[in-house]
Amino acid sequence: MMTLDQQKDIAFRVREHCIRMATRGGCFIGASLSCADVLVYLYTNYLTITPDNLSDPNRDYLFLSKGHDVPALYGTLAELGFIDRERLSNHLLTTDDIYWHPNRNIPGVEFYSGSLGHLLSVAIGVAFDCKLRGTANKIVVILGDGELNEGSIWEGLLVAQAHKLDNLIIVVDRNEFQANMRTEELIPLEPLSEKFRVFGCIVREVDGHNFEDLHDSFSGITIGNGRPNVVIAHTIRGKGTPSIEARADRWFANFTADEITQLLAELHGGRTAELTSETLIVR
Amino acid sequence: MNYETLLLDLIERDERYIVLTAENRAAIRNLPAKIGNRFIDVGIAEQTMIGAAAGLALRGRIPITHALAAFLTMRAFEFIRTDIGISGLPVKLVGGVAGFLSEANGPTHQAIEDVSIMRGIPPMGVFCPADEEDMLIGLEQILESPQPFYIRYNNLPPAVTHSRDFAIGEAELISEGRDVCILVYGTLLREAVSAASILAEHGISTRILNMRTLKPIDSDAILGSVNWCELTVTLEDHFLIGGLYSIVAELLLKHKITADVLPIALENRWFKPALLQDVLEYEGFTGRAIAMKIIHELQK
Repeated sequence: MMTLDQQKDIAFRVREHCIRMATRGGCFIGASLSCADVLVYLYTNYLTITPDNLSDPNRDYLFLSKGHDVPALYGTLAELGFIDRERLSNHLLTTDDIYWHPNRNIPGVEFYSGSLGHLLSVAIGVAFDCKLRGTANKIVVILGDGELNEGSIWEGLLVAQAHKLDNLIIVVDRNEFQANMRTEELIPLEPLSEKFRVFGCIVREVDGHNFEDLHDSFSGITIGNGRPNVVIAHTIRGKGTPSIEARADRWFANFTADEITQLLAELHGGRTAELTSETLIVR
Repeated sequence: MNYETLLLDLIERDERYIVLTAENRAAIRNLPAKIGNRFIDVGIAEQTMIGAAAGLALRGRIPITHALAAFLTMRAFEFIRTDIGISGLPVKLVGGVAGFLSEANGPTHQAIEDVSIMRGIPPMGVFCPADEEDMLIGLEQILESPQPFYIRYNNLPPAVTHSRDFAIGEAELISEGRDVCILVYGTLLREAVSAASILAEHGISTRILNMRTLKPIDSDAILGSVNWCELTVTLEDHFLIGGLYSIVAELLLKHKITADVLPIALENRWFKPALLQDVLEYEGFTGRAIAMKIIHELQK
């Protein structure tokens, strides 16, 4: 367990890593910054996953289904000793496997992802096996809210409910944006918690940037009641750097070295960055 | 003229055209404001987009659908094969960042079996332009064709000045030569041209054919080149299985021809994710690397 201050310190450094990866080819910075706190909380204070127990079948699992936020995962893994921090500077180099979506060769990454709507079903398979073997693992899968457009998510919920997978904890990074626009302007999701409830899940809503709130919510989850769990984490795309917060056009960004310096200064409480790099819409 | 303005022009002239996307707006981001409700964004739901396109086609529309090539051709494959393929509906499938163009996205986003699986659907045509200019030259005929078509979207700057003569099923002759013939499509035309200039320094003349459509394929051009040149090379950012090399092999077998054919393709693995130039270097697909492979083959 880590204290509140320790968690905040780690999350701050994870954000620095994410910003540093948003140049020389760029990364999906907006989506990464929105789920940084959730990832840090889960790895430091909720899940039993350490650099030393990755081959232990009784450990917990974290599947990152919205794979484009992998800079936040790599940042977290680096801060917690799964990989060397220096390795993050290999981003996009052909000498390593650190690129725009998760690669299983990186210690701590459970599975490849990037094609949306896949890892809920993979997590269901793992959760099912843990039930079969009678082990107490917690299986967390992180979904994007835009990812909920995919039909496979709703198939997965039906199956999870049918098989009473209460060891499954679905976390939705509810930053209210998908690639190009606000979720509610394209394919409205609300009332989202009601949707999950009628699919048989126990639903909690939480401020995804508040570690105390996250702890209250996750520690309230009890396994054994026969229903899958959903935590809707309300977050802000680009959280930590106001100049890119809650913006549709800063999902993926490839900034200049000077812009990165400005963004890091902004993260540290300095003045607002002046960003002129072209808006890139990949998806 | 770019992809978007060409589409806009067609849409304004012909009420049958309708644009769909599974939240892939990179190539069409200005269209919603201009065409209103003839732009349908279904969100990240590729299967539903294809099913809906079939429904629109049943009502006489020509839907032009957009998504990243990997998700379009593979996530929605069975919907394409069943709802479009069986009825032969004139739905157009525009796949983004196919082949090496997915750069650093990784294997989840790599469409390097797309030609193989799309050409396996009986009525489906396959158009793989070399760059934006090549795509715009052929696009109108492809969209106006009564058959369903897969378009391997490509907006790179022109690799060469292309011939305006475009016909479905006809390759474009880029250069004439007798020692080697490079059959190529898509992004790698630029590297083929670069390889040819290096080969010329070694006294090797190279014929280059930009295949343009892989289905229907220009059988006459391929058979002619195989007869004319000492070595035939197939060059593609696609798995070895099912792409241009397979097409050439099927064609030669059908005509009971044997030939020296050097395939340059991705063999049994996904490529290293990185920025485009780094991918070409790492995977051995730069003009220089291609030229060296050809010289090595000629020396055998």
